[in-house]
Amino acid sequence: MQPQKSIERGVATEAAPGITRIDVDAVSSKASRSLYTSRQKIYPKLAHGTFRSVKWVVMLVTLGIYYLLPWIRWDRGPTLPDQAFLLDFANQRLYFGPIEIWAQELYFITGILVISALALFLVTALAGRMWCGYACPQTVWTDLMVVVERFWQGDRNARMRLDKAPWTFEKIWKKTATHVSWILISLATGGVLVFYFRDAPTLAMELVTGEAPLVAYVFMGIFTFSTYLLGGIAREQVCIYMCPWPRIQAAMYDSESLLVSYHGYRGEPRGPHKKGQPWENRGDCIDCKACVAVCPMGIDIRDGQQLECIQCALCIDACDDIMGKVDRPYGLISYDTFRNVEAPSGSERAPVRLLRPRVLVYSGLIALIMALMAWAWIVRSVVEISVIPDRNPLFVVLSDGGVRNGYTIKVLNKTHETRTFQLRIEGLSDFHAAIIGFDTADAPLVVEPDTLRAIKVYVSVPREAASHLDAAATPLTLTVRDLASGDTVVRETTFRSPGS
Amino acid sequence: MAGHKEYDAATGAETTGHVWDGDIKELNKPLPKWWLYVLYATIVWSIGYWILYPAWPLAEDYTRGMLGYSQRSVVAQEISDAKQTQAPFLQAVASKSVEEIRSDAGLMEFVRRGGAAQFANNCAPCHGSGAQGFKGYPNLNDDDWLWGGSVESIENTIRFGVRSDHASTHQGVMPRFGLDGLLDKGQISDVAEFVLSLSGKSEDAEKAERGSVVFAEQCAACHGADGKGIVEMGAPNLADAIWLYGGRKQDVVESVHGGRAGMMPAWEGRIDPTAIRMLAIYVHSLGGGE
Ligand code: SF4
Ligand code: SF4
Repeated sequence: MQPQKSIERGVATEAAPGITRIDVDAVSSKASRSLYTSRQKIYPKLAHGTFRSVKWVVMLVTLGIYYLLPWIRWDRGPTLPDQAFLLDFANQRLYFGPIEIWAQELYFITGILVISALALFLVTALAGRMWCGYACPQTVWTDLMVVVERFWQGDRNARMRLDKAPWTFEKIWKKTATHVSWILISLATGGVLVFYFRDAPTLAMELVTGEAPLVAYVFMGIFTFSTYLLGGIAREQVCIYMCPWPRIQAAMYDSESLLVSYHGYRGEPRGPHKKGQPWENRGDCIDCKACVAVCPMGIDIRDGQQLECIQCALCIDACDDIMGKVDRPYGLISYDTFRNVEAPSGSERAPVRLLRPRVLVYSGLIALIMALMAWAWIVRSVVEISVIPDRNPLFVVLSDGGVRNGYTIKVLNKTHETRTFQLRIEGLSDFHAAIIGFDTADAPLVVEPDTLRAIKVYVSVPREAASHLDAAATPLTLTVRDLASGDTVVRETTFRSPGS
Repeated sequence: MAGHKEYDAATGAETTGHVWDGDIKELNKPLPKWWLYVLYATIVWSIGYWILYPAWPLAEDYTRGMLGYSQRSVVAQEISDAKQTQAPFLQAVASKSVEEIRSDAGLMEFVRRGGAAQFANNCAPCHGSGAQGFKGYPNLNDDDWLWGGSVESIENTIRFGVRSDHASTHQGVMPRFGLDGLLDKGQISDVAEFVLSLSGKSEDAEKAERGSVVFAEQCAACHGADGKGIVEMGAPNLADAIWLYGGRKQDVVESVHGGRAGMMPAWEGRIDPTAIRMLAIYVHSLGGGE
């Protein structure tokens, strides 16, 4: 069983003059356990310092981006949505500012996902779960929920006291205020997400008047519930038990990766420090447990690298704060490599080696895929033509002995202007071509913006010429030319005949 | 887990007591209880599902579930919804002229697709899935029509059939000149040679010359003096490059000797008039319509 913990348990002690020794046990502390454990509630204490500031900034920027992005406008002409970032599933388009991705170009999204995965590997190789600690939505929202909790219920000690206290009016209103705030934040989270899928101002109006599509309400409901549950209630449980990444990440870093580490050779043997006592023959760690109290995952970094650690560096802030107070050098806990952590005390601290094979491989792959995508984007045409020859029947013999082949030609105009094309057919010495619904085969072919136009073309070769054709297939070239710009797209196909 | 506890020397953590390969021990990293409760919740959920929806097969029936859900009725509903959506289009097809239908791109697309579906269901067994035809079953992509290739003619042929049991069916039989002793072997060979000469495929001018006389007497009445066929009688054009029963001499001799009497069922009464209309327009649009 877990040792029972309570703040009343121990007598308030001092770790050093003026520094209380926080009574806290890490959730991962060594103890006998049953096969299933109840969750140990974590009351992260507010840290102050560089990394906490970085996390505030990251939270502000990421949430800012998330909440503001759908409101940015982008003029694409009268018939198209003017929302800069829009996932228009109804029309199978994705809009990212000037970039517009059609359903058949979804490989660009695949590319972005592959780059994201590699970037995650790269960051992990450099500095462990840095993504987890700073930018992961689970971390950002949990952090936000904790801010709200702290606002209504106070910091660590006050929260613990409140949880222990009987249900008084004060407790009820503080808890209610917390949960109501969480639900409002969750509602805003789910609400903003749906704005990415439909014109934000319109949808906002519809949501207020109750005219929004059902699916919008359903998704808002799902996201409200999951934000509340995961960010407000489950918190570190998501990172430890639901997320696959902690299980994979250990394969991504090596002894040169920068990880939040406690320097045992400097800190041990640990123990409270009395005023006037010398620092010789003891470690710098005064066992104040400030590092454990601030940890959002509830672990003790002094136990070494652990699956639970999200590399948020709040323990660094907490410990540096203490080191400042007891007048010892900073960095008892710091970002450092395994190599340095395991080095014997007093030995030279090896410089960080950034250019390692795995870093280079990850960076190289990212650069390669980016280059490929840029190339694909540049050569991507705004007109797509596909030629589908009739397969059944492959050819038709006409009553005058001529041979006819049918082709379906699909012209996709991805621009936002009407374009006019002209078809040209080459490769046969004597033939007649007709497009169903057109007077002549070279008649201008008007394709409306953002649309696909399919035409049926029949090519007939008269008897005399047909008798000279190859039975298998005669190469045929279909050229579609944009009359305004002169751009041409050439497609090779074949003309089939029974042969002579 | 029973009784004695063991601690891993390297980490100090408790082990589960499970040992692999004699020395690898599993550390006890307990599963959170809420995970266990989620497992129970999924079990409860599945039981609820069994109660509400059809689930367990029984000897003759199955548990039907309290919600009365049935995939069949969902499909039936979807079909009836689809029919409702199609109704205005079908109305338009039935009431508009062919010209009007053709000039309405959306409606024409509906007709072509509907026609193609009807064709696949009803016509493909004989004419082939691409309407390419087989020996004795006309290719509907070409420009040769026994009973006329206008939309109206095609529609009539589909409605009444050929030698069908419909009162207005197309009639037209090629007599059995050889079997019934109307012509002897030599005459048949001659006339076949003449028929081939109409499309420039004869190799024996002398025989063809003799055959021309037989043709004028026996065949011209149906196929026309020039052999170009008479649509009203369903008599094929013998002067073109298309041969329903094959264009080799032997095939032609066979046709004259044993006669030909292909048939097609009448579709009136079997599929509704609008479907027949869509079929006619579809077949006409295959490229060979007149
Ligand atoms: S590592 Fe730092 S913060 Fe943690 S107990 Fe030791 S002195 Fe306190
Ligand atoms: S041990 Fe330190 S870096 Fe790791 S999660 Fe806890 S506070 Fe963050």
